[in-house]
Amino acid sequence: MTVTDDRPAGVLGSRLLRREDPALLTGEAKYTNDLHLPGALHLALVRSPHAHARIVSIDLSAAKAAAGVVAAYTGAELAGLWAAPMPCAWPVTADMKNPAHFPVATTKVAYVGDAVAVVLATSETAARDAVELVDVRYDKLPAVIDLEDALSDRVVIHDELGTNKSYKWDLKIEGHEGAIDQAFAAAAHTVKERYVQQRLLPMAMEPRAVAAVPQPFGGDMTLYSATQVPHILKVMTALTLGIPEHQMRVVCPAVGGGFGSKLNVYAEELLCVALARKHKLPVRWNEERGENAHATIHGRGQIQDMELAADADGRITAVRVRILGDMGAYLQLVTPGIPLLGAFLYAGVYDIPLYDFSCTSVFTTMTPTDAYRGAGRPEATYAIERAVDALADKMGIDPMELRKRNFIRKEQFPYTAMTGLVYDSGDHLAAAQMAAGLADYDGVRARQATQNVPGAKKRLGIGQASYFEMCGLAPSRVLASLNYSAGGWEAATVRVLPTNKIQVVTGTSPHGQGHETSWSMIVADKLGVSPDDVDVLHSDTAIAPLGLDTYGSRSLPVGGVAIAIACDKVIDKAKKIAAHQLEANEDDLEFAGGTFSVKGTPERSMPLAAIAFEAFTAHNLPDGLEPNLEAHVTYDPPNFSWPFGTHICTVEIDVETGQVEVLQYVAVDDCGNQVNPLIVEGQVHGGVIQGLAQALFEEAVYDTEGNLKNASLAEYLVPAASDVPGLTLGHTITPSPTNQLGVKGIGEAGTIGAAPAVINAVVDALSGLGVTSVPMPASPHNVWKAIQAAQNGASK
Amino acid sequence: MIPAAFEYVRAESAGEAISLIGQHGDEAKFLAGGHSLLPLMKLRLAQPSVLVDIGRVRDLSYIRDAGDHIAIGALTRHMDVETSALLKQHVPLLAHAAGHVGDPQVRHRGTMGGTIAHADPASDLPATTLALGATYVAQGPNGTREIAAADFYQGFLTSALAPDEMLTEVRVPKMQGAGWSFQKFNRRAQDWAIVGVAAWRRNGSAGVALVNMGSTPIMANAVSAALAGGASVADAAQLAADDAEPQSDLNASIEYRTHLAKVLVRRALEEASN
Ligand SMILES: Cc1cc2nc3c(=O)[nH]c(=O)nc-3n(C[C@H](O)[C@H](O)[C@H](O)COP(=O)(O)OP(=O)(O)OC[C@H]3O[C@@H](n4cnc5c(N)ncnc54)[C@H](O)[C@@H]3O)c2cc1C
Repeated sequence: MTVTDDRPAGVLGSRLLRREDPALLTGEAKYTNDLHLPGALHLALVRSPHAHARIVSIDLSAAKAAAGVVAAYTGAELAGLWAAPMPCAWPVTADMKNPAHFPVATTKVAYVGDAVAVVLATSETAARDAVELVDVRYDKLPAVIDLEDALSDRVVIHDELGTNKSYKWDLKIEGHEGAIDQAFAAAAHTVKERYVQQRLLPMAMEPRAVAAVPQPFGGDMTLYSATQVPHILKVMTALTLGIPEHQMRVVCPAVGGGFGSKLNVYAEELLCVALARKHKLPVRWNEERGENAHATIHGRGQIQDMELAADADGRITAVRVRILGDMGAYLQLVTPGIPLLGAFLYAGVYDIPLYDFSCTSVFTTMTPTDAYRGAGRPEATYAIERAVDALADKMGIDPMELRKRNFIRKEQFPYTAMTGLVYDSGDHLAAAQMAAGLADYDGVRARQATQNVPGAKKRLGIGQASYFEMCGLAPSRVLASLNYSAGGWEAATVRVLPTNKIQVVTGTSPHGQGHETSWSMIVADKLGVSPDDVDVLHSDTAIAPLGLDTYGSRSLPVGGVAIAIACDKVIDKAKKIAAHQLEANEDDLEFAGGTFSVKGTPERSMPLAAIAFEAFTAHNLPDGLEPNLEAHVTYDPPNFSWPFGTHICTVEIDVETGQVEVLQYVAVDDCGNQVNPLIVEGQVHGGVIQGLAQALFEEAVYDTEGNLKNASLAEYLVPAASDVPGLTLGHTITPSPTNQLGVKGIGEAGTIGAAPAVINAVVDALSGLGVTSVPMPASPHNVWKAIQAAQNGASK
Repeated sequence: MIPAAFEYVRAESAGEAISLIGQHGDEAKFLAGGHSLLPLMKLRLAQPSVLVDIGRVRDLSYIRDAGDHIAIGALTRHMDVETSALLKQHVPLLAHAAGHVGDPQVRHRGTMGGTIAHADPASDLPATTLALGATYVAQGPNGTREIAAADFYQGFLTSALAPDEMLTEVRVPKMQGAGWSFQKFNRRAQDWAIVGVAAWRRNGSAGVALVNMGSTPIMANAVSAALAGGASVADAAQLAADDAEPQSDLNASIEYRTHLAKVLVRRALEEASN
């Protein structure tokens, strides 16, 4: 089905070391903060210490008088700089409520960290010191941190909206509504569960950093930013600041991780550009870690009400989902769309005929939420996978067995789901069986029978999650149907230089994913050159003017495929030149190992290197053919890509303390063909640990006053290498039929499978004690409380 | 993460350090490993105007056999305590506990004197030296004095040291073959204990100190008294929190901390008995 199948083993699929790593590992890589910008002004923001308050007065006089301070402004003084409010690119419904949101607040603050004034100084220290001298008087208002409280409108956060409800979005399928009620009425078994997706801090290792540099001539502006989305940022900066787009250039130096948190258009980016224009000097800003915890978007934040109906055999007949989403104080770039990215996946990997999804989203007085690794899909997978375990528990059958009864079967692919989406390919049973084998599923079950006796001090648990991920964003028309304001294509240019070195220009914007390595491998395989001869240019809108950047596990299935298609076009053009030079018919030529030769007469041949030079000199090209050997492609994928897999986690729980120890973690992921298995494993490692962190460690904790209680890495528990288990990885390979490389995304898969696998294992370990649910994170304290509650319940 | 402005001076000896502190008065602070002080300064929770760096007072970095006790210089790094053959032989509990402080980076920078002087109830070595009946030596403008660990910790991050006194040495009695245990309960390897226990047992006597169970490191004296009176380990451990005043925080409620103290003291005593 795919090209790789009939191609000799070569660079594609090999474990080539990442060319990015030497610079990153030796500290040579240059980040935005490393830019040397003599004369730059440093921006610092005065941030609200209150979650919800009216601004009564702001006194900047002491700050303005401080040494090194060049200027200081209130939000009102800056109001003239904005041509439009900060952008939200995803108005999910026509009546969605979206408060006007400007980089600096003018009348009210709506979360701790909301900016109220700014200082510009000649050094970062002077700017930060001056912030302490700004005297802001607030009139405090009540905080809103509980989603149901927010929905009640007890306290309305944005007066002009009159409500905290931003939108209600329904995925109702024609004919399903009455049928669903019937299915639940007729069901032999039902489950009704509530899950809470806690707020998470993305905590990229490099906080954000921005530098806006006016160019010496012509009025152009270069914006350096630690962003995942230079192209989106360029358009949005132009629109928001009223700058002609062609005068904006965005460059991302090395970017130290994003996980979705740098998929945004932030106040500080707009401020640096606006103030650099105003002062005609470079303006830069570096985020502190504590600032990052408050002013960079948060992830997740949902209450999920999940219902399943099943027949007597455990065949799931209907799923009903009600989501309450936490938007935070304002809508950032794609805030409202995050629950929608999961909306189609609450049936998981199962063949479920009836589906009913509805999401209501509310404003709260906390940092805005937005995309965080997996974005909507981990939430969905968690809910369906926890609910399937709850159903198995209710029916008294093994959860693995229940899953097998419900899997979409291999022969059903391509599978048209009741939501209308087409799942391209899959084999859930194979992935589950491989994972069960690697995890010794039956062996663990046998050990459980002897270990988990009454009074056992340590209880053993095993949990599974099988997932289907909708990624590789995405067909532009599908995005349109979801009201998303942009497309989902990707651009690529492949240029063969006169000396047969290859220049690739991609619209993807890597920040840790290793695109330079992977893209060079695709080109090397196509054109028969060494990966070392391929240079990959990216993340600068002057060099790569077209692109839609990196998020949603899209870069390989969209951007990588665009490069493969561009290579095909290069080969087509080279073939014309070869045919002309060899005086052969194009159809009689074959291309292998970087050389065109006449079928049957291999001595009549011409290497790509020679063709490249011919194309360059243009001395002897076929009539009408343009000089030079390059091709440009903009590729809009016909479908999402649908990676899938099964993760199995084995835990042991210290019943006295509640501490969870992960004994083994098995991840079997299928992302179709693998360009570089080393990079795939790296993505799975990072992804799994990030999901496991949600399950066991991380939570942004707010008090009732709306203060974030753990805004540092000492208190926000990002696990370190010593805190996480080794991982056992397996892969099945089911190529995607919708792209020529047969590839699917892998950036988010690990995160999607991990949280439910871990929590299912934890609940499984404790089920003999009467525990049926444990909240995330399953911290020792939370686990202990769950055990206490179950035991107290049992003794009553 | 940028501290308020401060002056920096480096002392080459204890005497020089003490006189520098004297010159600069209340707003001056000793800087040893900096691993407690600098984080506070970066958050601007501490804003000393002068730092007197004692990190290079090399003659205060030693571990010596002093007959009935081991003498540890104040500038000795945690890593040296952890790996000391002398301590492993005579005070294995302390060497072991030092290996549980933070991560390797922290253990290479943090000092014995710094962690004792900082008097953090959540730190490992104050409670451990307390359990072992250590004596701390302080040097001030008017000479040196000895302070028993039991008298040293006076409140949250507050010790018996005068502002112009420098801690120069920690004296830890040899354990004489006592059984011991160090229990540290936390969520990540590098973190401070949610609750910790340092304990030893020899013949009828025992010493049990608790980490993070009050505003200072504390002795669980009710436990040792019960053991001396013939109580079983399980029963004695039930008294673990009798003298404690635990706080609640993001990791544990008061109730859970109290429960953990009992479980960990029982485990510690069981291990120390073996
Ligand atoms: C990431 C991290 C994790 C950590 N984890 C742990 C842990 O798990 N367990 C644990 O116990 N500790 C932990 N620590 C703290 C670490 O052990 C500190 O190094 C130690 O507590 C203080 O020693 P210091 O030499 O760094 O002191 P400094 O930070 O230099 O000083 C601390 C205080 O003591 C004063 N001081 C220092 N030396 C003297 C002296 N000789 N005389 C008088 N006053 C003095 C200083 O003026 C200051 O007020 C951690 C620290 C970090 C950064």
